[in-house]
Amino acid sequence: MTKPISVATKTRQIVKKYGNTKSAVIAVLQDLQETFNYLPKEALKTAAKAMNVPMSRIYEAATFYTAFSLEPRGKHVVKICKGTACHVRGAAILQDRFETTLGIKPGGTTKDGLFSLETVNCVGACALGPVVVINTEYHGQVTINKVDKIIKKINKEEGAQ
Amino acid sequence: MSGNTDKQSHAILDNLSLYYGPKKKFVAICAGTGCRAYGSLKVKDALQAELKKQNMTYVDVLATGCLGFCEKGPMMIIHPDKYFYHSVKESDIPEIVEKTIGKGEVISRLLYRHPETQKTLFREEDLPFYKKQLRVVFGKNGMIDPSRIEDYFAIDGYQALAKVLSEMTPEQVISEVKKAGLRGRGGGGFPAAVKWEGVRKAAGEPKYVIANGDEGDPGAYMDRSLMEGNPHSVIEGMIIGAYAVGSNHGYIYVRNEYPLAVENLSKAIQAAKDNGLLGENILGTGFSFDIQINKGAGAFVCGESSALFASIEGRAGEPRAKYVHAVDRGLYDKPTVLNNVETWANVPLIINKGADWFASIGTEGSKGTKIFSLVGKINNTGLIEVPMGTTLYEIIYDMGGGITGGRKFKAVQTGGPSGGCIPESLLDLPVDFDRLYDVGSMMGSGGMIVMDDTSCMVDVARYFLEFLKEESCGKCVPCREGVRRMSEILEDICAGRGREGDIELLETMSTAVADGSLCALGGSAPNPVLSTIRYFREEYEAHIRDHRCPAGVCKGLISYNIDEEKCTGCGVCVKVCATKAITGELKKVHTIDNDKCTRCGACIQSCKFDAIYVK
Repeated sequence: MTKPISVATKTRQIVKKYGNTKSAVIAVLQDLQETFNYLPKEALKTAAKAMNVPMSRIYEAATFYTAFSLEPRGKHVVKICKGTACHVRGAAILQDRFETTLGIKPGGTTKDGLFSLETVNCVGACALGPVVVINTEYHGQVTINKVDKIIKKINKEEGAQ
Repeated sequence: MSGNTDKQSHAILDNLSLYYGPKKKFVAICAGTGCRAYGSLKVKDALQAELKKQNMTYVDVLATGCLGFCEKGPMMIIHPDKYFYHSVKESDIPEIVEKTIGKGEVISRLLYRHPETQKTLFREEDLPFYKKQLRVVFGKNGMIDPSRIEDYFAIDGYQALAKVLSEMTPEQVISEVKKAGLRGRGGGGFPAAVKWEGVRKAAGEPKYVIANGDEGDPGAYMDRSLMEGNPHSVIEGMIIGAYAVGSNHGYIYVRNEYPLAVENLSKAIQAAKDNGLLGENILGTGFSFDIQINKGAGAFVCGESSALFASIEGRAGEPRAKYVHAVDRGLYDKPTVLNNVETWANVPLIINKGADWFASIGTEGSKGTKIFSLVGKINNTGLIEVPMGTTLYEIIYDMGGGITGGRKFKAVQTGGPSGGCIPESLLDLPVDFDRLYDVGSMMGSGGMIVMDDTSCMVDVARYFLEFLKEESCGKCVPCREGVRRMSEILEDICAGRGREGDIELLETMSTAVADGSLCALGGSAPNPVLSTIRYFREEYEAHIRDHRCPAGVCKGLISYNIDEEKCTGCGVCVKVCATKAITGELKKVHTIDNDKCTRCGACIQSCKFDAIYVK
């Protein structure tokens, strides 16, 4: 088996891909987020050094944009669309249901690390409202019963593994 | 340009035409985000497999971008007869291949049925949803598989670019766009040619051309559908713009939430490069232009020009004061043209068909067409493209098919968080940039969220303020703190804690927030509040004075009750209630304990007898 690549090495590889330019801060953070599913402290420190950018600027970008997370995220990320079209079709009710069923608030992750809950200000699939995106899959016209079914299905799949 | 290059660029395009276009018999399947959610990719795979099985691989299958009528996905159009099938399932495929594609017979159950006359309608243009539309920009989606540049060539793609590079000077291009009267489709409606002229004349190199694909207005997704479905139209428009202003560097800034748009744009950029339409020495004319894609990272404010520049530069997206304009000092402090995706997609059309043609569509001050996303409590949800000046009534009733469930129309929200709610009394309003502004709303990027009598206008205002509270970048105190306080007041009103004078306080604060903020996000933040107070003041008063939410939305002001006559005691609601607020024996009328009830709505959604009502 090959030795797992360290966070610092992987980070330096990503920075190098963008040619160490300062303007690539957001692109680098996006790649880091995709690689590690969150932004590890070590990755941010390494990136700051490699890009010759103060840590404060990296941290500023990492906390300004909602796509970035400083905490590890769950295996399945549930994104509830809170666009206007979804709102008038009952997105708030779905959010309540996800919160009670999973026992977490938006931004939180379940203790078993299976689910993270997030809200998004419109995913741009307005005709299907209310929409919930789980990982990369879109679920349209979601009802409360569907919420329970979706969670049950994922739990079952995970349990079977 | 010399005569030589003129011939050269046309020769290249003529060569390309040798292999273009879908075959005569082809099926266009919508693979936009909406239809994908309904499983259109599986339908497409099944179709391709079936064609192979029946030895009919001479039939072309196009996985197109959004076809607009998202309500009825997955949909397909079968050429050359142009039969329009909707809500197609994998199991329908063998029959479609055998009967419709093989023998030209229609399968009437897959056709659209007119909701009133019950007549089956064969083609797209027969449907009420499409009939009154004028789909000059968006309608091309149905002829293009975005991963194939040849399909774009087949509908005169890149002909406008060839014409511009071989026959027109940059000044002529600008004057043509000016004559057409093209205004920015992203929100403000600023004349595009004026920006272009400014950048052309501005001192400083390099100059930049940017497409704003950070479609942040909730409820709007037309830019997404253009980037996903017809990426070359955006790219061609940008190259023409770059030639006009003298730029060699371009960016497309795409929202983080649109991965398919990034994928299709990237493929399109590569294909354009491979065909000598982008990069060094375009079409052999000596003009060079390159485009880079930048992904946003989830910040609404980055749709604002100066915040967008900051984000491309790798910083937090904070706007700056506008006394220095972007045309003089934009990205990296260099002259920059920033136009919205839909604006760019209109440019090749103006060049191909002429400014006079373009200016003949629309109203006095707003020329051309506009794509709107018609969503919310409406029967036919989807994307429509209509001439500027079409009335709200035509859009909502003729194309949209009216309100879901036959309920009563209450308001239509346009312009996203910067816009407002327009009431029933203004349904005859012709929609264009200026008229929407006159009634206290705005065009925005074209979202139209229809609301019925079960939507609470105070709740809608609260919703937008909460949105803006989260999305305020925090730079200007009036926006950061003012919006927060306004949001708290609205929270209180919705929770039944409203006080006399709250409405007036909101109005006063609105002025302060609007006047004291640098950018349009703060400047227009009070609009959702002001427009709902203007047209629905009595609803605010009902919340504050009578502690009543007439629409039955605000949780603090409503109770759930069971209709004794309708309840059959089936027990379904008991099972779905998360707080165990519903009790009752089987086959006997149930009761709800409103102290335990959280008004989550689970019981209402699950009751088959409509026995639970909100008071």
